[in-house]
Amino acid sequence: MEYFAQQLVYGLTLGSVYGLIAIGYTMVYGIIGMINFAHGDVFMVGAFLSLIVYLVLVAIGITFVPIALLLVLVIAMMLTALYGWTVERIAYRPLRGSFRLAPLISAIGMSIFLQNYVQVAQGPYLKPLPPVVTGGFKFGAAEGFTVNVSNVQLIIVLTTIVLMAVFSLIVGKTNFGRAQRACEQDRKMAALLGVDVDRTISLTFVLGATLASVAGLMYLLYYGVVDFYIGFVAGVKAFTAAVLGGIGSLPGAMLGGLLIGLIEIFWGAYVSGAWKDVAAFSILIIVLIFMPNGLLGRPEVEKV
Amino acid sequence: MTTPPVDAPKLPEDVLIRVERLTMRFGGLVAVDDVSFDVRPGDVTALIGPNGAGKTTVFNCITGFYKPTVGRIALRKSATESWLLERLRDHQISRRAGVARTFQNIRLFGGMTVLENLLVAQHAPLMQASGMTVLGLLGTGGYRRAETHAIEKAKAWLERVDLIDRADDPAADLPYGDQRRLEIARAMCTEPVVLCLDEPAAGLNPRESADLADLLRSIRTDDGVAVLLIEHDMSVVMEISDHVVVLDYGKKIADGTPKAVRDDPKVIAAYLGVEDEEVEAVEREIEETGA
Repeated sequence: MEYFAQQLVYGLTLGSVYGLIAIGYTMVYGIIGMINFAHGDVFMVGAFLSLIVYLVLVAIGITFVPIALLLVLVIAMMLTALYGWTVERIAYRPLRGSFRLAPLISAIGMSIFLQNYVQVAQGPYLKPLPPVVTGGFKFGAAEGFTVNVSNVQLIIVLTTIVLMAVFSLIVGKTNFGRAQRACEQDRKMAALLGVDVDRTISLTFVLGATLASVAGLMYLLYYGVVDFYIGFVAGVKAFTAAVLGGIGSLPGAMLGGLLIGLIEIFWGAYVSGAWKDVAAFSILIIVLIFMPNGLLGRPEVEKV
Repeated sequence: MTTPPVDAPKLPEDVLIRVERLTMRFGGLVAVDDVSFDVRPGDVTALIGPNGAGKTTVFNCITGFYKPTVGRIALRKSATESWLLERLRDHQISRRAGVARTFQNIRLFGGMTVLENLLVAQHAPLMQASGMTVLGLLGTGGYRRAETHAIEKAKAWLERVDLIDRADDPAADLPYGDQRRLEIARAMCTEPVVLCLDEPAAGLNPRESADLADLLRSIRTDDGVAVLLIEHDMSVVMEISDHVVVLDYGKKIADGTPKAVRDDPKVIAAYLGVEDEEVEAVEREIEETGA
């Protein structure tokens, strides 16, 4: 029981990070039907930017942790959003209306470019961050078992919940959200009703990148190290999460992220640490065989 | 991009849209061949013709789907504002020039509610009021007023098309005739100066067609919005249009009042001629299979 609860905490934390990244995949797919393979690397860039911003803040003397973290969050979000916007602008928009595979290839190129760019600019080695947030809680001491929840884990899960709430509000209630959903369903019609489709797509990339940068910061705080390659693995997992939850569906992406995180941790804890990725992907395959649209995906209705 | 092009022609006051020498070629096929006509403000103008006459192609040129091979389409929005429609990007056709359209097939946002469909059509003014979305989220006064106004306008339109009870249902759940009316309401929510309807009566029963005719008349008279429509249902065309343009094989063959057009021998030939051939072809087939 104690062991199980402890693993649950790990799983939820990891799942939150995957979920935040997965939203970027699912939103972009929803609006332009393309898998943005560079999204994992935007997450990696977000992690690096968080690290750099934090170190700069420390260097100029802002060391009070809550303030510093909040500043890092905001600044890294904005800078990463700029990356997301730029990627869309130079690598995808010129190819809109081209054949379907063109932006996909461009995305893979962008992914490799971002990896190499960070590798060259920051070096190929792991970059450490000294523990910023320390301490934590112990639960259940009275019942005779203890579960440790560190402050970092708490921050990650709470931030994710808050962001998800804000995000559902943006997509569900605001003018931008309506335009975004309209573009998902019928871009041409949306344009004829006065929606600036290009700008809506740009904003979608910006929002996805923003969430990815938060995930990057969380990753950095949790693991304490980043390198240029973290985007690939995390990106593939988050993409898997988005597909598992039903690509195009926001709650699906979050659910998929949590599930992938939990599966990975529990498999590692109870079965074999070496096979946890295999487990995650096997479950993906099984789910897709029986539910081709993912857990919460809408079935594609063929237009007649 | 935001100011009208300097060479936008000065149109006389009684012309809303002037289509001049419009030609559209697709490879070797000439879909529209040297067509010119005017749409007057406050008129219901019908574009008719046999299947494949190029009506929808003309529509697609007016609403920015196609860039004409030759010719130009000028719109006089107000005394000071004129636009060349073929130079505008798709979302600007609605926003700046004030052209709204519907399609032959229904293109509602099926997954969104009826009310949301009408709010999407008011995206541009709302976007302006919010500055950017962030301000909208913070709920600034200006944005909230704009949103309230948008919802009121949407509701007023839902009252007019008799869909107010279904405001929160997904648009895809409405019956066909209701979806048609909702599309028109949505197009009107963009506050157009001209409403382009591609076969609005297709698939409607006689009762619904009559309602549609009433709605279109009311749009012309009460809202002062010009209507340009493609329609096969001649009873609707003859009943509500002030001006009819007839196309056949991409060429304009008649242009005038409904009565003048109906009596025009070229129009009769175009319509009856085609249909006679079809009838004969079918008769031959029946004979052959029977024998």
